[in-house]
Amino acid sequence: MDITNLTLIETIEAIKAKKFSEEELNNAYLKKIAIINPKINAFLEIQKKSRGIPAAIKDVISTKGIVTTAGSKILSNFLPQYNATVIEKLLEQGVSVVGKTNCDEFAMGSSGENSAFGPVKNPWNLARITGGTSAGSAAAVASDMCVFALGSDTGGSIRQPSSLCGVVGLKPSYGRVSRNGLIPAVSSFDTIGPIAKCVADAGLILDWISGADGKDSNCSEIASPLRGLAMTSLRGAAATKQSVKGLKIGMPKEYFSEGLDLNVKKVIEDAIKKLESLGAEIVEVSLPHSEYALAAYYIINPSEISSNMGRFDGIRFGSGREDLGPEVKRRIMLGTFALSSGYYDDYYAKAAKIRTLIKQDFEKAFEKCDVIVGPVSPTTAWNLGEKIDDPLKMYLSDIYTISANLAGIPGLSVPCGFSEGLPVGLQIIGKYMDEETVLNVGEVYEQSTEWRKEKPNLSF
Amino acid sequence: MNNYEPVIGLEVHVELNTKSKMFCKCSADYFGKAPNTHTCPVCLGLPGALPFINKAAIEGCMKIGLALNCTVSEKSLFERKNYFYPDLAKGYQISQYRWPLCVGGWMDVKGLEGKRRIRINRAHQEEDTGKLTHASGTTLIDFNRSGVPLVEIVTEPDFKNTTEVRDYAKKLQQLFRYLDVSNADMERGDMRLEANVSVRVKGEGESGKEELPNYRVELKNINSFRFMVAAIEYEIKRQIKELEEGRTLKQETRGWDEDKKSTYLQRSKEDAHDYRYFPEPDLPELRIKQLESRIKEEIPELPWDKAKRFAEEYGIKDADAQILTETRQLAEYFEAAVVHGKKHGVEAKAVANYIVNAKPDIDNFLPTQIIEEIKGKKVGVIEDEKELEKLASEAIEENPGLVETYKRGKVTVIQAIIGSVMRKTGGKVNPNKIREILEERLRLERLPR
Repeated sequence: MDITNLTLIETIEAIKAKKFSEEELNNAYLKKIAIINPKINAFLEIQKKSRGIPAAIKDVISTKGIVTTAGSKILSNFLPQYNATVIEKLLEQGVSVVGKTNCDEFAMGSSGENSAFGPVKNPWNLARITGGTSAGSAAAVASDMCVFALGSDTGGSIRQPSSLCGVVGLKPSYGRVSRNGLIPAVSSFDTIGPIAKCVADAGLILDWISGADGKDSNCSEIASPLRGLAMTSLRGAAATKQSVKGLKIGMPKEYFSEGLDLNVKKVIEDAIKKLESLGAEIVEVSLPHSEYALAAYYIINPSEISSNMGRFDGIRFGSGREDLGPEVKRRIMLGTFALSSGYYDDYYAKAAKIRTLIKQDFEKAFEKCDVIVGPVSPTTAWNLGEKIDDPLKMYLSDIYTISANLAGIPGLSVPCGFSEGLPVGLQIIGKYMDEETVLNVGEVYEQSTEWRKEKPNLSF
Repeated sequence: MNNYEPVIGLEVHVELNTKSKMFCKCSADYFGKAPNTHTCPVCLGLPGALPFINKAAIEGCMKIGLALNCTVSEKSLFERKNYFYPDLAKGYQISQYRWPLCVGGWMDVKGLEGKRRIRINRAHQEEDTGKLTHASGTTLIDFNRSGVPLVEIVTEPDFKNTTEVRDYAKKLQQLFRYLDVSNADMERGDMRLEANVSVRVKGEGESGKEELPNYRVELKNINSFRFMVAAIEYEIKRQIKELEEGRTLKQETRGWDEDKKSTYLQRSKEDAHDYRYFPEPDLPELRIKQLESRIKEEIPELPWDKAKRFAEEYGIKDADAQILTETRQLAEYFEAAVVHGKKHGVEAKAVANYIVNAKPDIDNFLPTQIIEEIKGKKVGVIEDEKELEKLASEAIEENPGLVETYKRGKVTVIQAIIGSVMRKTGGKVNPNKIREILEERLRLERLPR
């Protein structure tokens, strides 16, 4: 038995049944990390421990006493004074931090190449990108260097690398998981979520990490993170477990048009047919404002980033701003401009209106269906360096994921096949705070296909 | 010179006396504490730390707003005010801008033109910054104050003279103390004043058009009522002179130099910050209008309402009613004494007179005790002039220290000398009478020999 092949749930059961000890578990993973990580560059920091379930944590999540860099040179020596809430919650469950994972600097990017500590390489093909920004977390799970990982998703940063690395990634609803301790990119989009080996694991991890903590004002019972929109009322009754019979699955036509790679399109359509054959009803829905999503996203995103980056002045911690990478600098400049007096109404205020329209698009679509499905990424993993000099092209790779962040709703990426030997993920988007239905659809699909058993060839 | 009239608006910042800070659980009681001992990831602005709203502060802001006749907004938002300063841990201050918590109130003030109503634009919630200390070439930062709740109260440019400004500021200070939301101590920086001053040709503001001058000078960082009044007076004169000499006035920020008794330029319009306000994404919007009625019930009778009632109910002079309502404690003391006095046939008026003139130490004298004193006095008041003269001479002889202080110009110590006579006679002298005699005697002694 290869211990590192087991899912989280299988691992917990095996330990309970005393099939192996926690020490054996940790040793198996540490051994794997020692062999594989040098090739993939998924971990920036490794903690040699002998107890706990080894989980990999994206390096934008604060870990007390463990260097947390956010993938940036300016925080290369930054030692957090406190644990993020999600870390505290995982520790309570007997999870340990096996390492901190590489990511695009301050979670800005789409390929995993914007890290100050070198790009992460895709376990399925080392010449390819992993996607980003939770690059190391997705790569670590795909190559069995951890039982599971935490990532953060601001515009697709959990789902896209999960899709491109062939693992399960869940972006929860905004406000379901406390952001306390998450070094922010875009405060109103950021969500922490699991990257796992199977959907059931993702569900369990979500259960562990969600809930109010009295520190994130947008993560509590009374707060309405979706300003002005009571999407809570849309929360449907969770579908019957282990079945999609009678469930309505929406296919937004906007997600299948120009720009989507034809091979990827074929894989996604096959997956939808599979869901139909399992008893789901496929309905066509429309998200008419999708074409404005990217523009709105890339106004709000740099605006908030320009403000969030203000504290990194090198006075109290970290080094100076000259150490920031080009993408971070670009967004600080874009955001500073978009918020400056005289431009606010034309940019930020307008983007906020589009955001509302996109939320309304989803509200209307969810009147007709229980979940929405489509691709996560328009293409499979591209070559390292391919888009790094073309920011706009890079931004376009987030086209199918950013809407869920604008609307604050959950999205899941589930492996659903391959195109030319590279993994493709199916995106399942749900109603606000209705992760249950999303996870259920994902699990039914996953268990009725064999994709989860495919593993990259790591015999370097 | 008489062709011009000043246009003045006031911005007042007040630090709330809540237990914890605005957005974290650190103690807000920072004054005199060892530097950087009241801090946590939130108020230090460490990466990943988030603000969490302190309800008590919001209630304090609502109390202030409602006491100033504002309404609580249906929807209120925090916004980020972005600027760089070393004492600003996050690189932005969480404040309110487009959607303040309380809007549209007023306060009546007394000034050169009698009673006038000053409109209040808003009372909003924000947080304080850290504190910089410059010492021998280095700058030290203390973050104990970072994140302490602040309420900002902004008036419309309705003040016509500094008498009104002073009355408004004094009344606000009294209000904060009545509401028990702040100690409102100017010297400790609990309460800070900023004034916007401009002048216009008389009549420009008439005919309901409210034409405001196209510039205003902000007077900042002034830490006493007296300096503020002096700075505004100076500024009015300076601006009129500039206009009369044909120059145009510009938007700028000026400070007050107490040594030179003049204002000086701190920042011109060109150097003004662009704060890049936008809604604070870390905080939900506030929809708390439903709390309005409960908070209203918690507001005590306000000093000016109390003064009016005292004058009407007890038939005392307006001036005395003002004195008796100076603090909530004194007003309560007076009313307790009145209740007790009634049982012993002592009129409210007599109680008021006694408190106003004898100024009993209310922390050490029970209201019942002063009723005893008043009653005692009624029996054997010393009226005899010679007897009074003798008492005065004795008091002067027995209190050489106080007399010396008085002669040096601190005339308020006369109160203590009167007190000694009161004690000696068991309160059987009329304090006003003995004051007259003492003043006369001390005046003679002050004459050059």
